[in-house]
Amino acid sequence: MTSIGWSGFALSLLLVLVAVVVSLWKQLGLERSILWAAVRAAAQLFAIGLLLQVLLRPGVSILWAWLWVIVMVVVASFTVRQRAPEVPGLLQLALIAFGCSAVLTLGVLFGLGVFQLNVRTLIPLAGLMIGNSLAATVLVGRRLVDELRDKRDEVEARLALGQPAHVAAKPYVQGALRTALIPQIETTKAVGLVVLPGAMTGLILAGVSPLNAVLVQAAVMYLVLGSVATTTTVIALGVQRRLFTTDHRLLHLTSARSGR
Amino acid sequence: MFDHVTVADDQRRRLDDACGSVPWDGVTVLVGPSGSGKSTLLRCCNRLEAPTSGRVWFCGDDVARLDPLRLRRRVGMVFQRPTPFPGTVRDNLKVAEPALTDAHAVAVLQQVGLEAAFLDRMATELSGGEGQRVCLARTLVTEPEVVLMDEVTSSVDPAQRSGLEGLARLLATSGVAVLWVTHDLAQMRRVADHVLVVIEGRIAHVSHPTDVDANAPASVRAFLAGEAP
Repeated sequence: MTSIGWSGFALSLLLVLVAVVVSLWKQLGLERSILWAAVRAAAQLFAIGLLLQVLLRPGVSILWAWLWVIVMVVVASFTVRQRAPEVPGLLQLALIAFGCSAVLTLGVLFGLGVFQLNVRTLIPLAGLMIGNSLAATVLVGRRLVDELRDKRDEVEARLALGQPAHVAAKPYVQGALRTALIPQIETTKAVGLVVLPGAMTGLILAGVSPLNAVLVQAAVMYLVLGSVATTTTVIALGVQRRLFTTDHRLLHLTSARSGR
Repeated sequence: MFDHVTVADDQRRRLDDACGSVPWDGVTVLVGPSGSGKSTLLRCCNRLEAPTSGRVWFCGDDVARLDPLRLRRRVGMVFQRPTPFPGTVRDNLKVAEPALTDAHAVAVLQQVGLEAAFLDRMATELSGGEGQRVCLARTLVTEPEVVLMDEVTSSVDPAQRSGLEGLARLLATSGVAVLWVTHDLAQMRRVADHVLVVIEGRIAHVSHPTDVDANAPASVRAFLAGEAP
């Protein structure tokens, strides 16, 4: 098992110094941001590490880990809402989306015995699932609102032909979903070609055999792909329903700058 | 018929207790200054807008109680800017009726003065006037009883404008009632069988195009004289 200890951690701070020197040399004005980011990252990681140390003690109930997963879902949902304030009802939709994704993906991984369910597997896998779905979740909501606002004439022309709202919105929902999913698809396709991904790297550093490490990494990539597909679909369908009335009219939509 | 129709949002009242009837035959022109509520009034007819209060009646039925999807196939609409969908003209017509045959498509295109060859042309590559004709053809696929036309000539050149005006007159003589919105008084005189003047969210005056200013209130006479209400 690879262990760097406190001295190794201290020496790695030299790399932060490299970034600070570059900022000073090129007069970027980012030295304080870099130092603050490094301090904050260290503090947050240590806090998480201490908490995990507690949860991983023998005899600790797995319910605490499930509670952690719920907290992650809630925090992620608030983050999504904060990043896309122009999307109506996004907090509620994100809670539902991440919840559905957790049930589906973790249900497959633990229910079918891909991983053994315990604190050591549940928290990291849930974290990977939620963290890697955040960007796509924000993107699909924003993209759909933008499309329906910018192409309002086209949408209303479809409605004026007697199409129900879900049919009129379909091309734009499809476009938003493609926009959100394609980056993750491309990332999945390219995994291992350019860089060794994080889960695999961590496992190899911890002494796991490379073959076992790549099997875990592949499962993680599929977890993220399934999660992104689930969360973006729930968000897209939920946003579409909120932007049309029950009598098939498109609501007036504000711009991103003016907010909700 | 508009029965004390008000459409209001947080910013303003776009329609303010509008009352009036649209004749069932010919071309009825809704004319008035920009921002007077003409388009809002039009959109209430096919329930793209819903009144905050009041009722809109169509053939004796309260529009709010009708199935909006079936209503919109009976009351078609062509918008101010051409709205071609991605794909060919044929693809566009099939949005209105997926089971549309080529024979029916050609007939509808001829009705709007376009040749059969247009079927395979990409709709987004057409000129403004051609695009509006395709949009009208798309609307006519559903065989509407009424066609709403919201300043449809505002983005086309004068030659295409007279063509579209002619199509509206042709539709009216074939038994399809047309409700045409414009702020252009000269166009009103060319196109209208009946005139409804809309000022500040209300139907201020109803008349024939030849004597619009006869017995008209002061606000209408001011608009006709080119002054802001």
